[in-house]
Amino acid sequence: MIAIDKLTDVFVAVADTLVADFDIIEFLELVAQKAATISTASAAGIVLADPTRRLQFVAASEQSVRLLEALAVQSEKGPCQDCFHTGEPVVNTDLRDAEAQERWPAFADLAVSMGYESVHALPLRHQGTAIGALTLLSVHAHPLEDAEVRVVQAVADIATIGILQERSIRASGVLTEQLQFALVSRISIEQAKGILSRIHGVSVDDAFTLLRSYARGAGLGLSAVATEIVNQPERHPTLTRPSV
Amino acid sequence: MARVLLQLAEEPLPAGADGLVSTLTRLCAALVRHLPAAGSGISLMGEGHGSAGVAAAAGPRSRRLEELQFTVGEGPCLDAHAARRPMLEPDLAGAGSDRWPIYGPRAAALGVRAVFAFPLQVGSVRVGVLDIYRQQAGPLSPEALASGYTFAEVALRLLLQEQAGASEGRTPEGLDDALAYRMEVYQAQGMVMVDLGVRPDEALARLRGHAFATGQDITAVAREIVDGSLRLTRDHPPLVPEDPA
Repeated sequence: MIAIDKLTDVFVAVADTLVADFDIIEFLELVAQKAATISTASAAGIVLADPTRRLQFVAASEQSVRLLEALAVQSEKGPCQDCFHTGEPVVNTDLRDAEAQERWPAFADLAVSMGYESVHALPLRHQGTAIGALTLLSVHAHPLEDAEVRVVQAVADIATIGILQERSIRASGVLTEQLQFALVSRISIEQAKGILSRIHGVSVDDAFTLLRSYARGAGLGLSAVATEIVNQPERHPTLTRPSV
Repeated sequence: MARVLLQLAEEPLPAGADGLVSTLTRLCAALVRHLPAAGSGISLMGEGHGSAGVAAAAGPRSRRLEELQFTVGEGPCLDAHAARRPMLEPDLAGAGSDRWPIYGPRAAALGVRAVFAFPLQVGSVRVGVLDIYRQQAGPLSPEALASGYTFAEVALRLLLQEQAGASEGRTPEGLDDALAYRMEVYQAQGMVMVDLGVRPDEALARLRGHAFATGQDITAVAREIVDGSLRLTRDHPPLVPEDPA
Protein backbone atom coordinates (compact mmCIF):
# COMPACT_ATOMS: atom_id res chain seq x y z
CA MET A 1 0.00 0.00 0.00
CA ILE A 2 1.49 3.32 -0.96
CA ALA A 3 1.46 6.41 1.25
CA ILE A 4 -0.94 8.46 -0.83
CA ASP A 5 -1.35 10.98 1.99
CA LYS A 6 2.29 11.96 1.44
CA LEU A 7 1.56 13.02 -2.13
CA THR A 8 0.71 16.57 -1.07
CA ASP A 9 4.18 16.85 0.45
CA VAL A 10 5.69 16.09 -2.92
CA PHE A 11 3.89 18.87 -4.68
CA VAL A 12 4.68 21.37 -1.95
CA ALA A 13 8.33 20.37 -1.87
CA VAL A 14 8.60 20.41 -5.63
CA ALA A 15 6.93 23.80 -5.90
CA ASP A 16 9.39 25.16 -3.33
CA THR A 17 12.32 23.87 -5.35
CA LEU A 18 11.08 25.25 -8.62
CA VAL A 19 10.89 28.87 -7.60
CA ALA A 20 14.37 30.03 -6.67
CA ASP A 21 17.98 28.87 -7.00
CA PHE A 22 16.96 25.81 -8.94
CA ASP A 23 19.59 23.10 -8.93
CA ILE A 24 18.79 20.16 -11.15
CA ILE A 25 20.59 17.57 -9.02
CA GLU A 26 19.05 18.75 -5.77
CA PHE A 27 15.68 18.70 -7.45
CA LEU A 28 16.08 15.16 -8.76
CA GLU A 29 17.34 13.93 -5.40
CA LEU A 30 14.28 15.41 -3.78
CA VAL A 31 12.05 13.64 -6.29
CA ALA A 32 13.91 10.37 -5.56
CA GLN A 33 13.43 10.79 -1.82
CA LYS A 34 9.74 11.59 -2.20
CA ALA A 35 9.24 8.71 -4.62
CA ALA A 36 10.75 6.35 -2.04
CA THR A 37 8.52 7.76 0.72
CA ILE A 38 5.31 7.58 -1.27
CA SER A 39 5.90 4.12 -2.64
CA THR A 40 7.18 3.01 0.80
CA ALA A 41 10.28 1.76 -0.98
CA SER A 42 13.59 1.64 0.85
CA ALA A 43 15.59 3.48 -1.75
CA ALA A 44 15.06 5.23 -5.07
CA GLY A 45 17.32 6.30 -7.88
CA ILE A 46 17.04 8.21 -11.14
CA VAL A 47 19.02 7.57 -14.31
CA LEU A 48 18.98 9.71 -17.47
CA ALA A 49 19.92 8.88 -21.04
CA ASP A 50 22.77 10.60 -22.85
CA PRO A 51 22.50 11.28 -26.60
CA THR A 52 23.80 7.79 -27.40
CA ARG A 53 20.89 6.40 -25.34
CA ARG A 54 23.19 5.12 -22.63
CA LEU A 55 21.74 5.46 -19.13
CA GLN A 56 23.71 7.27 -16.47
CA PHE A 57 23.10 7.70 -12.78
CA VAL A 58 21.98 11.20 -11.82
CA ALA A 59 20.25 11.13 -8.42
CA ALA A 60 19.40 8.86 -5.50
CA SER A 61 17.29 9.06 -2.36
CA GLU A 62 20.37 8.52 -0.23
CA GLN A 63 24.10 8.85 -0.72
CA SER A 64 25.50 5.37 -0.53
CA VAL A 65 28.34 3.93 -2.51
CA ARG A 66 26.63 0.57 -2.78
CA LEU A 67 23.33 2.06 -3.91
CA LEU A 68 25.14 4.00 -6.61
CA GLU A 69 26.80 0.80 -7.70
CA ALA A 70 23.48 -1.05 -7.87
CA LEU A 71 22.00 1.77 -9.96
CA ALA A 72 24.98 1.72 -12.29
CA VAL A 73 24.80 -2.04 -12.74
CA GLN A 74 21.12 -1.98 -13.51
CA SER A 75 21.61 0.85 -16.01
CA GLU A 76 23.51 -1.67 -18.08
CA LYS A 77 21.32 -4.68 -17.48
CA GLY A 78 18.40 -4.33 -15.14
CA PRO A 79 14.80 -3.30 -14.73
CA CYS A 80 15.42 0.39 -15.45
CA GLN A 81 17.19 -0.54 -18.68
CA ASP A 82 14.21 -2.70 -19.70
CA CYS A 83 11.76 0.01 -18.70
CA PHE A 84 13.74 2.62 -20.62
CA HIS A 85 13.73 0.52 -23.79
CA THR A 86 10.06 -0.39 -23.72
CA GLY A 87 8.85 2.91 -22.28
CA GLU A 88 6.63 0.88 -19.96
CA PRO A 89 6.83 0.45 -16.19
CA VAL A 90 8.49 -2.72 -14.91
CA VAL A 91 6.80 -3.31 -11.57
CA ASN A 92 6.40 -5.91 -8.87
CA THR A 93 9.54 -7.83 -9.68
CA ASP A 94 10.69 -10.16 -6.95
CA LEU A 95 14.47 -10.09 -7.05
CA ARG A 96 14.75 -13.63 -5.68
CA ASP A 97 12.63 -14.98 -8.53
CA ALA A 98 14.30 -17.24 -11.04
CA GLU A 99 13.12 -14.91 -13.78
CA ALA A 100 14.80 -11.84 -12.30
CA GLN A 101 17.94 -13.86 -11.61
CA GLU A 102 18.01 -14.96 -15.21
CA ARG A 103 17.23 -11.59 -16.80
CA TRP A 104 19.57 -9.45 -14.70
CA PRO A 105 21.94 -11.80 -12.89
CA ALA A 106 24.50 -9.20 -11.78
CA PHE A 107 21.92 -6.70 -10.62
CA ALA A 108 19.68 -9.26 -8.90
CA ASP A 109 22.64 -10.74 -6.99
CA LEU A 110 23.90 -7.37 -5.91
CA ALA A 111 20.48 -6.06 -4.87
CA VAL A 112 19.66 -9.22 -2.91
CA SER A 113 23.06 -9.06 -1.19
CA MET A 114 22.13 -5.51 -0.13
CA GLY A 115 18.91 -6.83 1.40
CA TYR A 116 16.47 -5.74 -1.28
CA GLU A 117 13.61 -8.05 -2.22
CA SER A 118 11.69 -6.19 -4.87
CA VAL A 119 12.19 -3.59 -7.55
CA HIS A 120 10.02 -1.28 -9.65
CA ALA A 121 11.16 0.85 -12.57
CA LEU A 122 9.10 3.70 -14.05
CA PRO A 123 9.99 5.55 -17.24
CA LEU A 124 10.68 9.29 -17.31
CA ARG A 125 8.55 10.10 -20.33
CA HIS A 126 8.67 12.97 -22.77
CA GLN A 127 6.62 13.16 -25.94
CA GLY A 128 6.24 9.44 -26.29
CA THR A 129 9.83 8.43 -25.58
CA ALA A 130 11.66 7.57 -22.41
CA ILE A 131 14.46 9.93 -21.39
CA GLY A 132 15.42 8.02 -18.25
CA ALA A 133 13.93 5.95 -15.45
CA LEU A 134 13.03 6.01 -11.79
CA THR A 135 13.95 2.88 -9.83
CA LEU A 136 12.44 1.87 -6.49
CA LEU A 137 14.11 -0.78 -4.35
CA SER A 138 12.38 -2.34 -1.36
CA VAL A 139 13.53 -4.57 1.44
CA HIS A 140 9.99 -5.96 1.62
CA ALA A 141 8.13 -7.17 -1.42
CA HIS A 142 4.92 -5.16 -1.57
CA PRO A 143 3.12 -5.35 -4.90
CA LEU A 144 1.79 -2.12 -6.40
CA GLU A 145 -1.80 -2.06 -7.66
CA ASP A 146 -2.50 -0.47 -11.04
CA ALA A 147 -3.81 2.71 -9.43
CA GLU A 148 -0.68 2.89 -7.31
CA VAL A 149 1.54 2.46 -10.32
CA ARG A 150 -0.17 5.50 -11.84
CA VAL A 151 0.59 7.58 -8.74
CA VAL A 152 4.24 6.57 -8.73
CA GLN A 153 4.37 7.23 -12.47
CA ALA A 154 3.09 10.74 -11.78
CA VAL A 155 6.04 11.26 -9.45
CA ALA A 156 8.36 10.08 -12.23
CA ASP A 157 6.68 12.57 -14.55
CA ILE A 158 7.48 15.34 -12.07
CA ALA A 159 11.16 14.56 -12.60
CA THR A 160 10.72 15.14 -16.33
CA ILE A 161 8.88 18.39 -15.70
CA GLY A 162 11.73 19.56 -13.48
CA ILE A 163 14.29 18.76 -16.14
CA LEU A 164 12.35 20.80 -18.67
CA GLN A 165 11.26 23.66 -16.48
CA GLU A 166 14.55 25.46 -16.12
CA ARG A 167 14.21 27.03 -19.52
CA SER A 168 11.29 27.45 -21.82
CA ILE A 169 10.95 25.16 -24.80
CA ARG A 170 12.85 27.29 -27.26
CA ALA A 171 14.18 24.75 -29.69
CA SER A 172 13.85 21.07 -30.33
CA GLY A 173 17.24 20.50 -28.79
CA VAL A 174 16.33 21.86 -25.37
CA LEU A 175 15.73 18.47 -23.83
CA THR A 176 19.09 17.13 -25.00
CA GLU A 177 20.76 20.24 -23.64
CA GLN A 178 19.07 19.85 -20.27
CA LEU A 179 19.77 16.14 -19.97
CA GLN A 180 23.44 16.68 -20.72
CA PHE A 181 23.61 19.49 -18.20
CA ALA A 182 22.11 17.29 -15.49
CA LEU A 183 24.55 14.47 -16.21
CA VAL A 184 27.54 16.80 -16.19
CA SER A 185 26.36 18.39 -12.93
CA ARG A 186 26.22 14.97 -11.32
CA ILE A 187 29.82 14.28 -12.36
CA SER A 188 30.95 17.62 -10.91
CA ILE A 189 29.38 16.68 -7.60
CA GLU A 190 31.15 13.30 -7.56
CA GLN A 191 34.49 14.98 -8.31
CA ALA A 192 33.93 17.47 -5.49
CA LYS A 193 32.96 14.63 -3.13
CA GLY A 194 36.30 12.95 -3.87
CA ILE A 195 38.21 16.15 -3.22
CA LEU A 196 36.43 16.93 0.05
CA SER A 197 36.69 13.35 1.20
CA ARG A 198 40.49 13.51 0.95
CA ILE A 199 40.86 17.02 2.38
CA HIS A 200 38.78 16.24 5.46
CA GLY A 201 39.57 12.54 5.78
CA VAL A 202 35.92 11.49 5.63
CA SER A 203 33.90 9.03 3.53
CA VAL A 204 32.53 10.19 0.18
CA ASP A 205 29.03 10.02 1.66
CA ASP A 206 30.03 12.34 4.50
CA ALA A 207 31.81 14.55 1.99
CA PHE A 208 28.48 14.98 0.21
CA THR A 209 26.83 16.03 3.46
CA LEU A 210 29.59 18.62 3.97
CA LEU A 211 29.12 19.89 0.44
CA ARG A 212 25.36 20.13 0.75
CA SER A 213 25.34 21.87 4.14
CA TYR A 214 27.92 24.34 2.91
CA ALA A 215 25.95 25.09 -0.29
CA ARG A 216 22.73 25.52 1.66
CA GLY A 217 24.41 27.69 4.30
CA ALA A 218 25.88 29.89 1.61
CA GLY A 219 22.64 30.01 -0.36
CA LEU A 220 24.34 28.55 -3.41
CA GLY A 221 23.36 25.76 -5.79
CA LEU A 222 24.92 22.38 -5.13
CA SER A 223 26.22 21.97 -8.68
CA ALA A 224 27.64 25.48 -8.79
CA VAL A 225 29.59 24.97 -5.58
CA ALA A 226 30.82 21.56 -6.74
CA THR A 227 32.12 23.06 -9.99
CA GLU A 228 34.03 25.74 -8.12
CA ILE A 229 35.48 23.25 -5.65
CA VAL A 230 37.03 21.45 -8.60
CA ASN A 231 38.25 24.46 -10.54
CA GLN A 232 38.71 27.29 -8.03
CA PRO A 233 38.87 25.76 -4.55
CA GLU A 234 40.33 28.99 -3.19
CA ARG A 235 36.92 30.60 -3.58
CA HIS A 236 35.59 28.40 -0.79
CA PRO A 237 38.38 28.41 1.80
CA THR A 238 36.21 27.32 4.72
CA LEU A 239 35.28 24.18 2.84
CA THR A 240 38.56 23.39 1.10
CA ARG A 241 41.05 23.99 3.90
CA PRO A 242 41.84 20.92 5.97
CA SER A 243 39.94 20.96 9.24
CA VAL A 244 42.09 20.86 12.36
CA MET B 1 32.86 5.04 -30.20
CA ALA B 2 34.63 2.23 -32.03
CA ARG B 3 32.96 3.31 -35.26
CA VAL B 4 34.08 6.91 -34.89
CA LEU B 5 37.65 5.77 -34.19
CA LEU B 6 37.52 3.67 -37.33
CA GLN B 7 36.20 6.62 -39.33
CA LEU B 8 39.00 8.73 -37.88
CA ALA B 9 41.62 6.13 -38.81
CA GLU B 10 40.33 6.00 -42.38
CA GLU B 11 40.57 9.75 -42.80
CA PRO B 12 43.70 10.65 -44.84
CA LEU B 13 46.47 12.60 -43.16
CA PRO B 14 46.50 16.27 -44.11
CA ALA B 15 49.74 17.39 -45.73
CA GLY B 16 52.35 19.04 -43.56
CA ALA B 17 50.68 18.55 -40.20
CA ASP B 18 51.11 16.04 -37.46
CA GLY B 19 50.34 15.62 -33.80
CA LEU B 20 47.15 16.62 -32.09
CA VAL B 21 46.10 19.35 -34.53
CA SER B 22 46.34 16.89 -37.38
CA THR B 23 44.30 14.31 -35.48
CA LEU B 24 41.61 16.83 -34.55
CA THR B 25 41.50 18.09 -38.14
CA ARG B 26 40.99 14.52 -39.34
CA LEU B 27 38.28 14.09 -36.74
CA CYS B 28 36.45 17.16 -38.07
CA ALA B 29 36.87 15.88 -41.64
CA ALA B 30 35.54 12.45 -40.66
CA LEU B 31 32.56 14.13 -39.01
CA VAL B 32 31.77 16.12 -42.16
CA ARG B 33 32.08 12.95 -44.24
CA HIS B 34 29.87 10.77 -42.07
CA LEU B 35 27.28 13.16 -40.66
CA PRO B 36 24.86 15.35 -42.56
CA ALA B 37 27.08 18.37 -41.93
CA ALA B 38 28.69 21.00 -44.12
CA GLY B 39 31.42 21.82 -41.66
CA SER B 40 32.85 21.20 -38.25
CA GLY B 41 35.33 22.87 -35.95
CA ILE B 42 36.95 22.42 -32.58
CA SER B 43 37.92 25.37 -30.42
CA LEU B 44 39.91 25.21 -27.21
CA MET B 45 38.62 27.36 -24.43
CA GLY B 46 41.44 27.13 -21.90
CA GLU B 47 40.41 27.34 -18.28
CA GLY B 48 43.25 28.80 -16.28
CA HIS B 49 45.79 27.17 -18.54
CA GLY B 50 46.34 27.13 -22.27
CA SER B 51 44.87 29.68 -24.57
CA ALA B 52 41.53 29.95 -26.24
CA GLY B 53 41.40 29.57 -29.99
CA VAL B 54 40.51 27.48 -32.98
CA ALA B 55 42.25 24.11 -32.89
CA ALA B 56 40.88 22.44 -36.00
CA ALA B 57 38.24 22.84 -38.68
CA ALA B 58 36.96 21.07 -41.77
CA GLY B 59 34.52 22.15 -44.44
CA PRO B 60 34.12 25.42 -46.31
CA ARG B 61 34.41 28.53 -44.11
CA SER B 62 34.37 26.47 -40.91
CA ARG B 63 37.54 28.07 -39.62
CA ARG B 64 36.11 31.53 -40.28
CA LEU B 65 32.93 30.52 -38.45
CA GLU B 66 34.93 29.31 -35.48
CA GLU B 67 36.96 32.51 -35.41
CA LEU B 68 33.87 34.65 -35.83
CA GLN B 69 32.72 33.77 -32.30
CA PHE B 70 36.00 34.88 -30.78
CA THR B 71 35.93 38.04 -32.89
CA VAL B 72 32.41 39.14 -31.98
CA GLY B 73 32.52 37.67 -28.48
CA GLU B 74 29.31 35.66 -28.71
CA GLY B 75 28.01 32.50 -30.30
CA PRO B 76 26.95 28.93 -29.59
CA CYS B 77 30.45 27.69 -28.89
CA LEU B 78 31.12 30.35 -26.24
CA ASP B 79 27.68 29.79 -24.71
CA ALA B 80 28.07 26.01 -24.70
CA HIS B 81 31.32 26.43 -22.83
CA ALA B 82 29.95 28.96 -20.35
CA ALA B 83 26.70 27.11 -19.67
CA ARG B 84 28.34 23.64 -19.69
CA ARG B 85 25.66 22.26 -21.95
CA PRO B 86 25.20 21.68 -25.66
CA MET B 87 23.75 24.57 -27.67
CA LEU B 88 21.61 23.15 -30.44
CA GLU B 89 20.36 25.89 -32.75
CA PRO B 90 18.42 24.60 -35.74
CA ASP B 91 17.48 28.04 -37.08
CA LEU B 92 20.38 30.44 -37.08
CA ALA B 93 18.69 33.05 -39.27
CA GLY B 94 15.55 33.05 -37.09
CA ALA B 95 15.64 32.22 -33.37
CA GLY B 96 19.43 31.95 -33.52
CA SER B 97 19.74 35.59 -34.53
CA ASP B 98 17.62 36.62 -31.54
CA ARG B 99 19.88 34.53 -29.36
CA TRP B 100 23.10 35.90 -30.88
CA PRO B 101 22.22 39.20 -32.61
CA ILE B 102 25.78 39.85 -33.77
CA TYR B 103 26.97 36.33 -34.49
CA GLY B 104 23.71 34.96 -35.95
CA PRO B 105 23.34 37.16 -39.04
CA ARG B 106 27.08 37.02 -39.78
CA ALA B 107 27.15 33.23 -39.58
CA ALA B 108 24.04 33.07 -41.76
CA ALA B 109 25.81 35.32 -44.28
CA LEU B 110 28.58 32.71 -44.41
CA GLY B 111 26.00 30.18 -45.53
CA VAL B 112 25.23 28.45 -42.24
CA ARG B 113 21.60 27.84 -41.25
CA ALA B 114 22.01 25.57 -38.22
CA VAL B 115 24.75 25.08 -35.65
CA PHE B 116 25.20 22.47 -32.94
CA ALA B 117 27.83 23.06 -30.28
CA PHE B 118 28.96 20.35 -27.86
CA PRO B 119 31.09 21.26 -24.85
CA LEU B 120 34.12 19.02 -24.38
CA GLN B 121 34.04 18.41 -20.64
CA VAL B 122 34.31 15.81 -17.92
CA GLY B 123 32.17 17.15 -15.12
CA SER B 124 33.83 20.38 -14.05
CA VAL B 125 36.79 19.95 -16.35
CA ARG B 126 36.29 21.86 -19.58
CA VAL B 127 38.71 21.92 -22.47
CA GLY B 128 36.84 23.17 -25.52
CA VAL B 129 33.86 22.91 -27.80
CA LEU B 130 33.06 20.97 -30.96
CA ASP B 131 30.79 22.74 -33.46
CA ILE B 132 28.79 21.19 -36.27
CA TYR B 133 27.57 23.45 -39.07
CA ARG B 134 24.78 22.76 -41.52
CA GLN B 135 23.63 24.68 -44.58
CA GLN B 136 19.98 23.71 -44.04
CA ALA B 137 17.85 24.83 -41.12
CA GLY B 138 16.39 22.07 -38.98
CA PRO B 139 17.33 19.84 -36.07
CA LEU B 140 19.78 16.97 -36.24
CA SER B 141 18.17 13.54 -36.39
CA PRO B 142 18.54 11.53 -33.17
CA GLU B 143 21.12 9.34 -34.92
CA ALA B 144 23.14 12.34 -36.10
CA LEU B 145 22.89 13.88 -32.63
CA ALA B 146 24.22 10.69 -31.05
CA SER B 147 27.05 10.60 -33.61
CA GLY B 148 27.91 14.25 -32.98
CA TYR B 149 28.03 13.54 -29.28
CA THR B 150 30.34 10.57 -29.86
CA PHE B 151 32.65 12.66 -32.05
CA ALA B 152 32.76 15.21 -29.22
CA GLU B 153 33.67 12.43 -26.75
CA VAL B 154 36.55 11.33 -28.97
CA ALA B 155 37.76 14.94 -29.30
CA LEU B 156 37.59 15.30 -25.52
CA ARG B 157 39.63 12.18 -24.90
CA LEU B 158 42.26 13.28 -27.42
CA LEU B 159 42.55 16.67 -25.76
CA LEU B 160 42.73 15.28 -22.23
CA GLN B 161 45.42 12.89 -23.34
CA GLU B 162 47.37 15.77 -24.83
CA GLN B 163 46.92 18.03 -21.79
CA ALA B 164 48.17 15.31 -19.49
CA GLY B 165 51.31 15.13 -21.61
CA ALA B 166 50.49 11.58 -22.54
CA SER B 167 49.91 11.98 -26.24
CA GLU B 168 53.42 11.10 -27.39
CA GLY B 169 53.43 7.75 -29.03
CA ARG B 170 49.82 7.03 -28.18
CA THR B 171 47.22 6.54 -30.81
CA PRO B 172 43.52 7.28 -30.78
CA GLU B 173 43.03 3.53 -30.61
CA GLY B 174 44.45 3.74 -27.10
CA LEU B 175 41.51 5.81 -25.90
CA ASP B 176 39.06 4.43 -23.40
CA ASP B 177 36.27 2.66 -25.10
CA ALA B 178 33.72 3.71 -22.51
CA LEU B 179 31.86 6.94 -23.00
CA ALA B 180 30.58 7.00 -19.47
CA TYR B 181 32.57 6.15 -16.41
CA ARG B 182 31.11 4.88 -13.18
CA MET B 183 30.68 7.52 -10.50
CA GLU B 184 33.56 6.00 -8.48
CA VAL B 185 35.92 7.15 -11.23
CA TYR B 186 34.95 10.78 -10.69
CA GLN B 187 35.20 10.44 -6.92
CA ALA B 188 38.65 8.88 -7.31
CA GLN B 189 39.60 11.66 -9.71
CA GLY B 190 38.88 14.23 -7.00
CA MET B 191 40.89 12.20 -4.48
CA VAL B 192 43.89 11.91 -6.80
CA MET B 193 43.77 15.69 -7.36
CA VAL B 194 44.28 16.19 -3.62
CA ASP B 195 46.77 13.32 -3.15
CA LEU B 196 49.02 14.42 -5.97
CA GLY B 197 48.21 18.12 -6.03
CA VAL B 198 47.37 17.99 -9.72
CA ARG B 199 44.73 19.42 -12.02
CA PRO B 200 41.61 17.35 -12.72
CA ASP B 201 42.70 16.38 -16.22
CA GLU B 202 46.03 15.10 -14.97
CA ALA B 203 44.32 13.22 -12.14
CA LEU B 204 42.17 11.40 -14.68
CA ALA B 205 45.24 10.65 -16.79
CA ARG B 206 47.01 9.21 -13.73
CA LEU B 207 44.04 6.98 -13.03
CA ARG B 208 43.99 5.74 -16.58
CA GLY B 209 47.75 5.33 -16.57
CA HIS B 210 47.64 3.20 -13.44
CA ALA B 211 44.81 1.11 -14.86
CA PHE B 212 46.76 0.59 -18.07
CA ALA B 213 50.01 -0.23 -16.29
CA THR B 214 48.38 -2.77 -13.97
CA GLY B 215 46.08 -4.27 -16.58
CA GLN B 216 42.93 -3.38 -14.64
CA ASP B 217 39.99 -1.38 -15.84
CA ILE B 218 39.69 2.16 -14.59
CA THR B 219 36.59 1.44 -12.49
CA ALA B 220 38.46 -1.23 -10.51
CA VAL B 221 41.33 1.17 -9.84
CA ALA B 222 38.89 3.90 -8.84
CA ARG B 223 37.10 1.58 -6.45
CA GLU B 224 40.39 0.75 -4.70
CA ILE B 225 41.16 4.43 -4.35
CA VAL B 226 37.71 5.25 -3.00
CA ASP B 227 37.73 2.40 -0.47
CA GLY B 228 41.20 3.41 0.68
CA SER B 229 43.13 0.30 -0.34
CA LEU B 230 45.11 2.18 -2.99
CA ARG B 231 46.63 5.62 -2.89
CA LEU B 232 48.59 6.96 -5.83
CA THR B 233 51.73 8.76 -4.81
CA ARG B 234 53.92 11.31 -6.49
CA ASP B 235 56.54 8.61 -6.88
CA HIS B 236 54.19 6.45 -8.86
CA PRO B 237 55.84 6.00 -12.21
CA PRO B 238 53.77 7.78 -14.82
CA LEU B 239 52.86 5.85 -17.92
CA VAL B 240 55.04 8.04 -20.10
CA PRO B 241 57.95 10.23 -19.03
CA GLU B 242 56.77 13.66 -17.95
CA ASP B 243 57.94 16.79 -19.67
CA PRO B 244 61.01 17.91 -17.68
CA ALA B 245 59.59 21.44 -17.63
